[in-house]
Amino acid sequence: MIYLEVPKNLKLVVNQAHQVAKHIFRPISRKYDRAEHDYPKELDMLAALMDGLSAGGGPQGAGVDSLQREEGANGGVRNGGNMTTCLGLTELCWGDVGLALSIPRQGLGNAAIAAVADADQKERFAGVWAAMAITEPGAGSDSANIRTTARLDGDEWVLNGEKIYVTAGSRADAVVVWATLDRNLGRAAIKSFVVSHGTPGMEVVRLDKKLGIRASDTASITFTDCRIPKDNLLGSSDIDTKKGFGGVMQTFDNTRPVVAGMAVGVARAALEHTRKLLEEEGIKVRYKGPLFAKSAVEAELIRMEADWEAGRLLMLKAAWMADNGIPNSTEASMSKAKAARVGNRITLRCVELCGTLGYSEAELIEKWARDSKILDIFEGTQQIQLLIVARSLLGKRSSELR
Amino acid sequence: MGSSLRVLNRIADSPFVERLGLEDRAQKLVYEGAKRAAETAARAAKRFSSKRTDDRPRSSKKFDLSLTEEQQLMRDTLRRFADDVMQPAARGADDRSSTPDGFLEAFSELGAIAMSVPEVLGGAAEQVSAVSQMLIVEDLARGDMGLAYAVLSPLSFVNALVHWGSDEQQARLLPSLLEGESGAATVAVMEPHPLFDPGALRTAAKRRGSDYELNGEKSMVALADRARWFLVAAEVPKVGPRFFLVERDAEGVETRDEPAMGLRSASLGRLKLDKVRVGPEALLGGEAALKAEGKAAYDDGMNRARIAWGAMALGTAQALLDYVIPYCNERLAFGEPISHRQAVAFMVADIGIELESMRMLVYRAAGRIDAGLKCRREAYLARTLCSEKAMEIGTNGVQLLGGAGFIKDHPVELWYRQLRSIGVMDGNLLL
Repeated sequence: MIYLEVPKNLKLVVNQAHQVAKHIFRPISRKYDRAEHDYPKELDMLAALMDGLSAGGGPQGAGVDSLQREEGANGGVRNGGNMTTCLGLTELCWGDVGLALSIPRQGLGNAAIAAVADADQKERFAGVWAAMAITEPGAGSDSANIRTTARLDGDEWVLNGEKIYVTAGSRADAVVVWATLDRNLGRAAIKSFVVSHGTPGMEVVRLDKKLGIRASDTASITFTDCRIPKDNLLGSSDIDTKKGFGGVMQTFDNTRPVVAGMAVGVARAALEHTRKLLEEEGIKVRYKGPLFAKSAVEAELIRMEADWEAGRLLMLKAAWMADNGIPNSTEASMSKAKAARVGNRITLRCVELCGTLGYSEAELIEKWARDSKILDIFEGTQQIQLLIVARSLLGKRSSELR
Repeated sequence: MGSSLRVLNRIADSPFVERLGLEDRAQKLVYEGAKRAAETAARAAKRFSSKRTDDRPRSSKKFDLSLTEEQQLMRDTLRRFADDVMQPAARGADDRSSTPDGFLEAFSELGAIAMSVPEVLGGAAEQVSAVSQMLIVEDLARGDMGLAYAVLSPLSFVNALVHWGSDEQQARLLPSLLEGESGAATVAVMEPHPLFDPGALRTAAKRRGSDYELNGEKSMVALADRARWFLVAAEVPKVGPRFFLVERDAEGVETRDEPAMGLRSASLGRLKLDKVRVGPEALLGGEAALKAEGKAAYDDGMNRARIAWGAMALGTAQALLDYVIPYCNERLAFGEPISHRQAVAFMVADIGIELESMRMLVYRAAGRIDAGLKCRREAYLARTLCSEKAMEIGTNGVQLLGGAGFIKDHPVELWYRQLRSIGVMDGNLLL
C-alpha cells in the first residue's frame, strides 16, 4: 500500500538525532569550521551518548553498522536499519556535516565491515572506529585502477601504497584499505583489508585543508611493508573474475543513500534558515495560486523545496528497498545523484537569496554551501552516479559505456 | 529530551572538565544521562502507541512502495490496454483531433469506472482510493496522454459525484453513468487567459432566487463535442468557487472545437456559458456546499487535479524513456551505438532520475489522501516539479532522436507536445 511518510516508530530516533544536531552540533559548528584539524572533544561525549541511547532501549540500528541488506522480509514490509540510518544522518547533517562525519565508530569503514565481513570479523571489529581508504593519487573515480598492493607472506598480508582523502583517517582506530592482490587481474583482484592505527609501516603523512567539512579530518596515509594478520581481509580472498567487483562494491548500495540523506539534511538547514530570514522581510511561502504569479523569491523557494523533496523521497526509496531485500544499486545511485546535486544547488542559492547575510560568516548559510559540495563528490561523484544509472537503464557493461 | 542534551553539552564543552582531567567521569555522566533520556522516551512512545486505537490498516503505518493485489491487477490490465489499444490508435486520433468512435466504450468495458465507485453506490469498489485512481491515470498516459484525457474525463466526473455529490445527485446520475447510458460527461475548470488560477475563477454563478445564472468561458475541455454533462467550476459571489452540474441541453450552453498543441485526441473544446440558468439541484453537494464543506471539497478537488496531471506526466515520460533506450542502443554513429557516448547516456540517466523524482512526489501526495492526511503542499510541490521536469524530459526525448525525433515517423514529437500540457493544465481532471 503506497504510503510515503516517515513511520511513527522511526520518528523517535529522528527526534533524538535532531536534538543532538541542535544542541550539540550547531553551537560548535562555526568553532570547528575555523579551527580546522582541532579535535572536537565534544564528540567523545557524543559517542558515549549514542552508546547510551541504544543501551537505554532507544531504537535499534541507527548507526552505520546496521546498514545491511535484509534477506527479504517475511510477513510484511520492513522499515529497518537502512532507513533509520539515512534518517538519522539527515538530522545530524542538518546540524553539521563535518561533525556528523567525525562521530566515533560511525565511519564509512564500519559500513564496509557491516556489509562484507564474516561473523568472526564482525565480532573482532565490534567497537572499532573504521575509516575508508580507496582513493589514491593516481586513481579516484576509476577505483579499479588502484596501485596499493597486498601480498601474502606466511600468515600476514604485506601492504604497500598510498591512500589519500581518507575521511576520519587520522582519528579513527583503523582504516579499511582497498588493495589489489594482482594488478594484472583487474577489479576482481581488489580486496579490502582492515589496518589498525599503530601498525608498523602505516603512517599518516598529511592532513588536508579543505573548502568545507573542516571539522572532519581528511588524511593521506602511506603503507610501507605494512604487515597485518591474514584474517583482516574482508570477504573472500578468491579472485573470481566473473563476480568482479561484487564484494567491495556492494558497500556502496548501502552507503550512497546515506550520503543522499546527508545532502538532504544540510539542504534543509539552508532552506529553513533562509525562509526564516526572508519571513522577517515579509516573504511568505503559500502553496496556492500560479507559480508565475508569485514573487521570484517565493517561486524559487517552492522550486527548491520540490527538488529537495525529490532527493529525500528517492533516498527513502533506496533505503526501503535495502531494508526489504530488493536489489537497489540503480536506485541508490539515483538518490545520491539527485539529492547531492540539488543539495549543492539549494545551499548555494540560499547564500544568494540572503545577500551579504548569506555570504557572511555571521550566519552558517555560507558554511553549508561549502560543506554541501563534497556530498556530490565522495562515495562516487555525480558523474559516476550518472554512469551507473545510465549503464543500468541502457543495459550496458562498463566496457561499452565507459 | 532537548533540555537534558543542552546540559550534557555544557558539561562536554567545559574547560574545567578538561583541566581537571574529568573527561572519563563526564563521559560516564553523559552516558547515564542519555540512557535515562532514551528510557523515558521509549516508555513515552510505548504509552502513546498502546493508547491509540488502531483505526487504519496496519500496513499504512510503514513507509511502503508496494501495490495492493487489486492495484496490481488493474495495472496489468491497463498496461495491456495501453500497449494493444491506445498506442496503435494514438497517431491517427491526434491527426484527426478526435477521440475514435468506440474508444470510450472499450475503456468502460475494462471496469475502471465501476472500480472507482463504492459498492454502496452501485459500483464494485470495496474502498475508493486516490492511489488506485492515480495509478490508472499513469498507466493510461503511458498509452497516450490525449486518449487518456478523453477517457479520464467521464471518470473524473464520476469521482466528483462520489466524493462530493449529495445523495440525491448520486442517485440521479450515478446509475446511468455506470451503465454508460447517459452519454459522456466531462469536467470544465480551466479558463482561457494567462496566469489562470483555479482559486480565482472568472466564470460566475450568480444567485437568481433559488436558481443560479452561469456566465463565463471554459477551455481545453475534453469531449466537449459529445459530453452530455459538464462539471463546471464557477465563482459564487461572496461564497467562493464551487462545482455545478450543467447539462448540454441547457439554454446558453455552447461548445466549439479548440484544437491545441497536444492532447488533441481528447476532442478538445471551448465551453461557453451565456446566462445559463440552473436550479439549486445543480450545485454539487447541494445546499450544504455553500458552507465551509463546499470550500473544502473544491480545495480537495484542486489537489486531486494536480496529482492527476502529475500522474499524466509520469505515464508519458515512462513511455518516452522506454522508447529512447532501444533507439539509442540501436542507432549507430561513429561506428558504435550512440548510447556508448556519455553525452547521450547521461541524458538518458537524467530522464530516469527526474522521472523517478516526479513519481515519488506524485505517489506521496496521493498516498496522503488515502491516509487521511492533508496534501495541499505535497500536491503543489508535485505539480511544480512535474511542470518543469516533464517538459525537460519531453524536449530531451526529441533531442536524443535528433532529426528523427522531429518527424512524425516516431512518437517522440507527439510526447513533446503532450508533455507541454503538464505546466499548463491545472484542473479539468479529478482523481
